[in-house]
Amino acid sequence: MDPFDKRLLFVTGKGGVGKTTVAYALGLAAAVAGKRAIVCEIASQERGADLFARKPIGFEETRLAKGLWALSVDPDELVHEYLQTHMPVRAMAELLHRSRLFTYLAAATPGLAEMVTMGKVWELAQTPRKAPGRSRTYDVVIVDAPATGHGVGLLRTPRTFREIARVGPLANQARRIEETLTDPRMTAITIVARAEEMAVNESIGLEEALTGAPEGAFAVDRVYVNGLYPRRFTDDERSELEALGSTVGDGPAGSALSAATEEIARVAAQSAQLDRLRAGVEAPVVELPFLFAPRIGRAELDILAEALT
Amino acid sequence: MSESIETILEGASICACVGSGGVGKTTTSAAIAAGMAARGHKVAVLTIDPAKRLADSLGLEELGNAESQVDPALFEAAGVDPGGGELWASMLDSKATFDEIIERHSPDPETRDRILANRIYKQISGALAGSQEYMAMEKLYEMHERGDYDLLILDTPPSRNALDFLDAPRRLVQFVDGRSLRMFIRPAGFGARIASRGTSMIFSVLGRLTGVDLLGDLSEFFTATSSLVDGFRERAERVQGLLSAEGTEFLIVCGPAGEPIEEAAFLRGKLGELGLPLGAVIVNRVHGGDGGAPPGPEATRALRNAGIGVGLAKRITASHADLQALVERDAENVEKLVGRIGEAPLLRVPEMSDEVHDLAGLLSLDPYLFGEA
Repeated sequence: MDPFDKRLLFVTGKGGVGKTTVAYALGLAAAVAGKRAIVCEIASQERGADLFARKPIGFEETRLAKGLWALSVDPDELVHEYLQTHMPVRAMAELLHRSRLFTYLAAATPGLAEMVTMGKVWELAQTPRKAPGRSRTYDVVIVDAPATGHGVGLLRTPRTFREIARVGPLANQARRIEETLTDPRMTAITIVARAEEMAVNESIGLEEALTGAPEGAFAVDRVYVNGLYPRRFTDDERSELEALGSTVGDGPAGSALSAATEEIARVAAQSAQLDRLRAGVEAPVVELPFLFAPRIGRAELDILAEALT
Repeated sequence: MSESIETILEGASICACVGSGGVGKTTTSAAIAAGMAARGHKVAVLTIDPAKRLADSLGLEELGNAESQVDPALFEAAGVDPGGGELWASMLDSKATFDEIIERHSPDPETRDRILANRIYKQISGALAGSQEYMAMEKLYEMHERGDYDLLILDTPPSRNALDFLDAPRRLVQFVDGRSLRMFIRPAGFGARIASRGTSMIFSVLGRLTGVDLLGDLSEFFTATSSLVDGFRERAERVQGLLSAEGTEFLIVCGPAGEPIEEAAFLRGKLGELGLPLGAVIVNRVHGGDGGAPPGPEATRALRNAGIGVGLAKRITASHADLQALVERDAENVEKLVGRIGEAPLLRVPEMSDEVHDLAGLLSLDPYLFGEA
């Protein structure tokens, strides 16, 4: 199954599982597969800049590697862009944007920030582009979405907004976006998990919340399990090491052996959680390796990108 | 031996645990609550997370908006005699808390019903960014006012910015107030008295963008809430004051690497700017070595001498080297963090081979949090 045959990929999951890292690794993998990909950061604070060791990315679509771009969305900038797109006279858009009352109203309108964010994500996936002055088109838009609760909220914003507003251009746009989001040929949700009890519980609940709604369900295309320790030892070897444990003493061999035994215990705990996850979710589960590097950079992203597909 | 959380929290009636998502804040909050209860205090822990993490970690089937007591038999089963101590837990139902506030501040049942039925209200009470954070503080305030507990522990919501909740009351009042808005929006029927052509244009644009009904709902909402704004504001000010009051301690919780450790240093600075007291920084899941010999050819040789085949010996050494790299990475990060947090004590909780999912598990963290490790 090709994860990049969708136009929109949302990456969500429990806090701290490595969503941003997986989002950028997906971007690299798409680029390697010959696609033009863009990673759209929403929840995180410019982590992409860190991963690629460069200046903050900001609201401009910035090239990070061959075939890979990124931007970091800012709701205030988006409202500005929205006005420019929808106001017939540019000066009027500028006037509105600078108006304190408008800013206040925009901030007070429930869900407007989320709505324009979803609008931007949708716009990035359009061919040709709709935003003024944007002509570069993308094959796949990867959204580094907020964690579970807020992530689901964000995905449901167009629907909620359509229900509240009912008429007007935003309501129409909300309807179009909702159609794209709930079309499994266009949009897929990717869940990032860890092989830990609470992350597994949350991932199972998240998949249910996304796919279970009678109306407006989303398609979850896979669950990535991040941070799996290497399985270096066979079952027989494990028994052999356990039997040896007490006989080698404290020296260099003892230290090495206790490290290996500790790793074996973690691998066992992770395997049990991985089994629960596989039993609990419908979507295919893909394993990603634990990275022992002190910092995640381009080399580590390449390792993940390889493992993702 | 490191400092004990019990000493750090001496005299405190509120303890707020802050930090980025996924660092074990909920577990740490619950472990501190359990440890304090085990030492004879009457403690309540308030968690906000919609994933019911606390219910998971305390083995409680369901936590309601009201506190429920963790069965003392569980302490006994874990071999602990809490004396007079009690452990209570509550999981925030943000919507229910918001409804309670509206009920409390509404001048009459009619106003209450109008607000509760308003579509904008339904939206914000469930989903407005920051309303969950505010409701957490509101709930904390309410529990604090009741004075039933020696100590309240707040597990802060997993928001984009870990300190968002500090500012939540102000932002929510600003929204509900809508005073400047009410000057412009009037309920239908009163007719729209428009102050200037500029305002008129803004409304026509916003109306066109967002849909006329939305404005109608907003207008209705602000009209309905106008009678309770003052009570609400006053309350919110007291709620906001609670965390900067004497008797509140902050604990920063973080992981040993990457983003969370950066965030911890950032939070430390932020608390300082706000003049809020930092009790301690707790670094979770620190990889610890046994302080033994470093991995290397010598270890491989020793393993070979113990009768292990060459391939297996090499893999054991590789495993050791990888773990050692993590031990060094964490030690280096923690060292750097110590340099950035100033006076505050730093507590290390090691990476456990088993996950914490019950009271016994929480109590296994006790030695690291209460200075007995």
